[in-house]
Amino acid sequence: MHHFLLAAIGGALVGVAALILMGLNGRIAGVSGILSGSLTEAGGERWWRLLFVLGIAIGGAIPALLSPDFKPPIPDASTLMVIIGGLLVGIGTGLGSGCTSGHGICGISRMSPRSIVATCTFMAAGFICVYLLRHVFGG
Amino acid sequence: MINKQTGRLGASLLAGIIFGVGMAVSGMTNTQRVQGFLDLAGQWDPTLAFVMGGGLVVAFIGYKFILKNPAPLFAETFALPTKTDIDKPLLFGAVLFGIGWGLVGYCPGPAIAGLSYGYSATLLFIPMMLLGLLAARRIARWFEPPADHQSSSAPA
Repeated sequence: MHHFLLAAIGGALVGVAALILMGLNGRIAGVSGILSGSLTEAGGERWWRLLFVLGIAIGGAIPALLSPDFKPPIPDASTLMVIIGGLLVGIGTGLGSGCTSGHGICGISRMSPRSIVATCTFMAAGFICVYLLRHVFGG
Repeated sequence: MINKQTGRLGASLLAGIIFGVGMAVSGMTNTQRVQGFLDLAGQWDPTLAFVMGGGLVVAFIGYKFILKNPAPLFAETFALPTKTDIDKPLLFGAVLFGIGWGLVGYCPGPAIAGLSYGYSATLLFIPMMLLGLLAARRIARWFEPPADHQSSSAPA
């Protein structure tokens, strides 16, 4: 199957997951916010978040078990870049109240102006970052 | 009728699994593909646009129907974000996130979905991201006026 078709199917599955979480639990499927809450909330508020995160880890493993084509290559980044990148993704999504799923999918589909602005901003920052990385500093 | 609390936990796990399968099937767990999407000046890879397109079509239509109901099945209310202002933390946070996303090619969902591959980069990225999320709660206070000390803005 062409990877554009797989991408659209995978994206649609993310949409289905967002609908389940909203229709049954009344929650936005934003991974950064749910991760953040799983660290700081208590009781049932923590458990549903932990189970959602556990589910993502389990779900992510399933396609690669069925076909090696779904096992991605090793991330191409130095240890320092991984440390800085991880910290920036955490700080940025925490401060900006969301990531690609919360703002990019759930927020935009609710036509939230905050999410539309946030998504355009992090995309633009990502474009500039990769431009500098590959075409200015990199080789 | 199942107990609402049990229903909520089951729904979370199910939604998480479907989300994770979506991440892996779509190619979002492939950091090189994601960086390829962000590399407008190079061999641009449009895959991520198809992921967002697929997700948006389903969520846009589905939310319209779901949010017409008075309440979700297993909870009292729909917990929708209430903030509407485009403020400094939103913009500053989005810029930092975009830089980190470009550096490695991981955003939060795909990093978690990629855990099982056991790559050292993934295993290092996740705790750094969690540390960053905790730090963000402190950094957010810098943006608040000095008069009020209430903690705010749990990310969505």
